[in-house]
Amino acid sequence: MDMKAVVSSTGLMLLFAWLSPSQALYFHIGETEKKCFIEEIPDETMVIGRYKTQLWDKQTGSFLPSTPGLGMHVEIKDPDAKIILSRQYGSDGRFTFTSHTPGEHQICLHSNSTKMALFAGGKLRVHLDIQVGEHTNNYPEIAAKDKLTELQLRVRQLLDQVEQIQKEQNYQRYREERFRMTSESTNQRVLWWSIAQTFILIITGIWQMRHLKSFFEAKKLV
Amino acid sequence: VSLSPQLCALMFSWIRASELTFELPDNAKQCFYEDIIIGTKCTLEFQVVTGGHYDVDCRLEDPDGTVLYKEMKKQYDSFTFTASRNGTFKFCFSNEFSTFTHKTVYFDFQVGDDPPLFPNENRVTALTQMESACVSIHEALKSVIDYQTHFRLREAQGRSRAEDLNTRVAFWSIGEAFILLVVSISQVLLLRSFFSDKKTTTTRVGS
Repeated sequence: MDMKAVVSSTGLMLLFAWLSPSQALYFHIGETEKKCFIEEIPDETMVIGRYKTQLWDKQTGSFLPSTPGLGMHVEIKDPDAKIILSRQYGSDGRFTFTSHTPGEHQICLHSNSTKMALFAGGKLRVHLDIQVGEHTNNYPEIAAKDKLTELQLRVRQLLDQVEQIQKEQNYQRYREERFRMTSESTNQRVLWWSIAQTFILIITGIWQMRHLKSFFEAKKLV
Repeated sequence: VSLSPQLCALMFSWIRASELTFELPDNAKQCFYEDIIIGTKCTLEFQVVTGGHYDVDCRLEDPDGTVLYKEMKKQYDSFTFTASRNGTFKFCFSNEFSTFTHKTVYFDFQVGDDPPLFPNENRVTALTQMESACVSIHEALKSVIDYQTHFRLREAQGRSRAEDLNTRVAFWSIGEAFILLVVSISQVLLLRSFFSDKKTTTTRVGS
């Protein structure tokens, strides 16, 4: 009896987890507008994004629950501006990627549909949910798959969290190194360019005086 | 064991945490909406990562349109409120005061508490010592991750300023050296032209 209840509750939880974008944060997007979100993540981190779109219906004066044929184009760029994912999804979509280089990844969404113009108003409501790192783990699913007790599951969650903290610390060290290199480079540039400019100043001053002296001597004014 | 209390629990407190970083172009306003149930404790936290003077206008409204939070040109803030009624809450970030700098804004909107690890969390038996230890470690680690995020954003800010400074130093140094050369050469040429053009007057003044 207990097992059945646990399994059914797990099933419900999974169902709600899948349906969650309908309750997530949403924003409005124009027809050809491209909305980009930045995720600064360490390497080997998994990111799951879920979205759900709703189209404004002028006739009913509200947003339709779902519109077939409406698609969103998802484009994900890695820190080197290389495209790692560029796909078309339906009106409801789920995209996943794992970062291989640490840094700022850019997730861009834009609607490719021209149907919006037909419906006028051109307003599209997009529910979006992006989960990063250990938030991507579905714990009830893991418990069911590996048959973990409650305590074991809690410890697993703690392990995942600590792993995420370690990855972030590693990334932090890498960023600090980059920052230090940039500062050193600025320092060098300031130093050498100041010396160069002082040198140019002195040289041009000397040249000016010598040139004018010879010019006036030629003109027989001096 | 009946399922309906659990179902009610799940539907009653919709628990979400949305954390996004987006770019806000100049003269633009970006609004986000969320449907919240009455009595839910929510927290909105935002930080400007890059751009201009690192400030943005933020405004939070309840379903009636009453402004719950309104701040102009803030760099970082955190606001906690309890939903006084059911409906769609709206919060907007505005960069309309800026003419040419776009800003990158990070925000974290927490609705309710974190979802429990198990669907049947509201059970009769209390947590064992091990389990409550796990819960407190989990909470502590959550705050560590939160601090790390804020630190990362501050560091990103510092880093973008440093990189900006680096390119500006290079650009202006080269520019200044060039201007220096141009000005000194043109000074000499100009001075020469004063004495070269008026040949007749020069000889008269000379003698």
